[in-house]
Amino acid sequence: MERRVVITGIGAVAPGGTGVKKYWDLISTGRTATRTISLFDPSPYRSQVAAECDFDPVEAGLSPQEIRRMDRATRFAVTAAREALADSGLDLAAEDAREIGVALGCAVGCTTSMEAEYTVLSDGGRHWLVDPGYVVPHLYDQFVPSSIAVELARLVGAQGPVALVSDGCTSGLDAVGHACDLIREGSADIVVSGGTDAPISPITLACFDAIKATTPRNDDPARASRPFDATRNGLVLGEGAAVLVLEELEHARRRGAQIYAEVAGFGTRCNAYHMTGLRSDGTEMAEAVRLALTEARLDPAAIDYVNAHGSSTKQNDRHETAAFKTALGDHAYRVPVSSVKSMIGHSLGAIGALELVACVLAMRYSLIPPTANLHEPDPLCDLDYVPITAREARVDSVLSVGSGFGGFQSAVVLARPERSGV
Amino acid sequence: MSAAPVVTGIGVAAPNGLGTEEYWQATLEGRGGIAPISRFDPSGYPVRLAGEVPGFDAAAYIPSRLLPQTDHMTRLALYAADAAMRDSGADTAQLPEYGAGVSSASSMGGFEFGQRELQNLWSKGGRFVSAYQSFAWFYAVNTGQISIRHGLRGPGSALVTDQAGGLDAVGNARRQIRKGTALMLAGGVDGALCPLGLAGQLSSGRLSTEERPDHAYLPFATEARGHVPGEGGAYLVLEDRDSARRRGARVYGEIAGYAATFDPAQETPGADGLAHAIRRALREAGTDPQQVDAVFADAAGVPELDRTEAQAVTAVFGARAVPVTAPKSLTGRLYAGGAALDLAAALLSIRDGVLPHTANVAAPAPGLGIDLVVGSPRTVTVDCALVLARGHGGFNAAAVVRRAH
Repeated sequence: MERRVVITGIGAVAPGGTGVKKYWDLISTGRTATRTISLFDPSPYRSQVAAECDFDPVEAGLSPQEIRRMDRATRFAVTAAREALADSGLDLAAEDAREIGVALGCAVGCTTSMEAEYTVLSDGGRHWLVDPGYVVPHLYDQFVPSSIAVELARLVGAQGPVALVSDGCTSGLDAVGHACDLIREGSADIVVSGGTDAPISPITLACFDAIKATTPRNDDPARASRPFDATRNGLVLGEGAAVLVLEELEHARRRGAQIYAEVAGFGTRCNAYHMTGLRSDGTEMAEAVRLALTEARLDPAAIDYVNAHGSSTKQNDRHETAAFKTALGDHAYRVPVSSVKSMIGHSLGAIGALELVACVLAMRYSLIPPTANLHEPDPLCDLDYVPITAREARVDSVLSVGSGFGGFQSAVVLARPERSGV
Repeated sequence: MSAAPVVTGIGVAAPNGLGTEEYWQATLEGRGGIAPISRFDPSGYPVRLAGEVPGFDAAAYIPSRLLPQTDHMTRLALYAADAAMRDSGADTAQLPEYGAGVSSASSMGGFEFGQRELQNLWSKGGRFVSAYQSFAWFYAVNTGQISIRHGLRGPGSALVTDQAGGLDAVGNARRQIRKGTALMLAGGVDGALCPLGLAGQLSSGRLSTEERPDHAYLPFATEARGHVPGEGGAYLVLEDRDSARRRGARVYGEIAGYAATFDPAQETPGADGLAHAIRRALREAGTDPQQVDAVFADAAGVPELDRTEAQAVTAVFGARAVPVTAPKSLTGRLYAGGAALDLAAALLSIRDGVLPHTANVAAPAPGLGIDLVVGSPRTVTVDCALVLARGHGGFNAAAVVRRAH
């Protein structure tokens, strides 16, 4: 019998607040959490804005030992995972640990901690040869970010397959895709999935400055992320985590779990074109969407909401607009499309998972979060991007897409498991 | 579900040989690649040995426009991936448009590149950071670069499971082929032999401080005292069996089974998780333990880990019931690349009817109960081999490779 995958628990650490409720409060009211960077002095950099999490690890319930050994990205992930597990109602002690896995997305790992350690070991960057005598004992775990997945696996006692999925900015979606593979093929009944990243650090700012990927709109930080707007001029970095408890449908039904949605389809393609560039026609993203729809056995017209990648770069916004037109045909002009990056920035490997949580909540509350800061649409972006304010609408099926450095293009379709035709 | 995918191409960049046959010849002759570190001055470190890939002239193998944007380990990966594609003879232009993809494992990304840019930032300022830093160091870099170079537009991914990654990447490629992709370029090439990278590896507490190259990494030996870090690995071309047959491809073997498990214990992982991975992989392959002709061990070189690995093997196979070997004693541990290279070695054992020995190790420690191949290669028909890999924190992976009929 075909094994299907459903979402039974969600958790989030997002700019604007810790927890799903605060996240939804922010994005459903169209407020933005982008601001001038406060984590360090951003004044040497071209782009000085980001969407930061006001995250207090003690308040979040992390122990002193956990705080000591965990990078910020790991703390986010563990906190989001605790919320998701509680939300799922799973009694982990009653489950077969061998049927529990972890598939977490993350693009840049423990980059913040590594940079901090580097500056100590190299005496502020003066020496190429570092002094190994001062190395912290957990530096290895910062170097190899599978340590983040290890923390989640220990949290849930997982003895099944565990992995960190690191596909750049599609990591959050691809981790969910990977988790679905594991459940469908029978390698696990439950997979704790999602994504995390905490990239707001000097080296990240510098490397995005170098290619002018991030916005220089430092004088108006709250309105810096403007996907699909003619005046947008670069992405706004974000941070955070979202964790989704994914479960085999019958397993979830047997225990009477709440079911948010089915992960009905996933597709991923490489553009094989450029590490940071995109073909303007969006061919590969369109193909990923078609793949996800086929897997979900849904027609394009069944999609009630498209959660866009919407990174607020000219290149992306046009790329994905073209992809939606190719993959969805005329329906692309009718379906609401929005980008939560307008409010919470682009948190690299976390954002795909945060966006899936937004989709789940849109289905639950029949409310489509808006694209904030969209006042003057780019003439080449001529779809319905739900500007400024959220829109009430029944949402049964959602498409969420992502696009990332390395050429990765991914798409996830969420739907109600009881829909007809499956 | 279609049959197990087959391996039609192998590309190797190893510390004891650049190129598949060079590596294999050196391995069978017991020639190692562990030597004093040459990429930087390691005199301030308690560890001064590593397995560096010899004679790698990047400009000879990598298009010149890629040189400024690639870390050393990405160049090695591009070499190995290209070698695997050439070896397979596959022409991706003959495949469906999205019929070929890439599945890589990574552990530390391109960190020599990353350290250089950190130094530029902190010593000179943000304006001196490379325009390529945003992707040259990150964990998905090899997948992206290989996809672009070979025009592979199917599924692409990078998994990070520390040193189990080489198997997990191939296991994932196997999955993609069973889901309908015709060809996957899969494996791992890894390594971070730069000052900061070595400092990070030192903090694992698992590096050997022994200074004699042939005594530094002695898995399963009584004198085991950790491992030597290395760089390199392998890429394999996996193909759908029918697709490979249609084009008359030469087949090394099939990836018959694969499984991954995890040990959530905080302390040293026990044997149960690895034994469970072995049993699951064998079950997926439809193979009894009696049909397995050889085990390519993870071979941590840390007595406690060697012991639990031996326990897992004997729990499934019985004491001294199957030859166990660890040719990686000649290369050092290649992080996410190591298990991919072991898969290559297992496939070459099937081809040549010979099992490489665990060089430098005279005998396994008493009480391990394993038939460790030592002294010289063992001539034996290998129809089916098990490859094991474990990663820091509790990762276990097992893959079964089998002669294809």
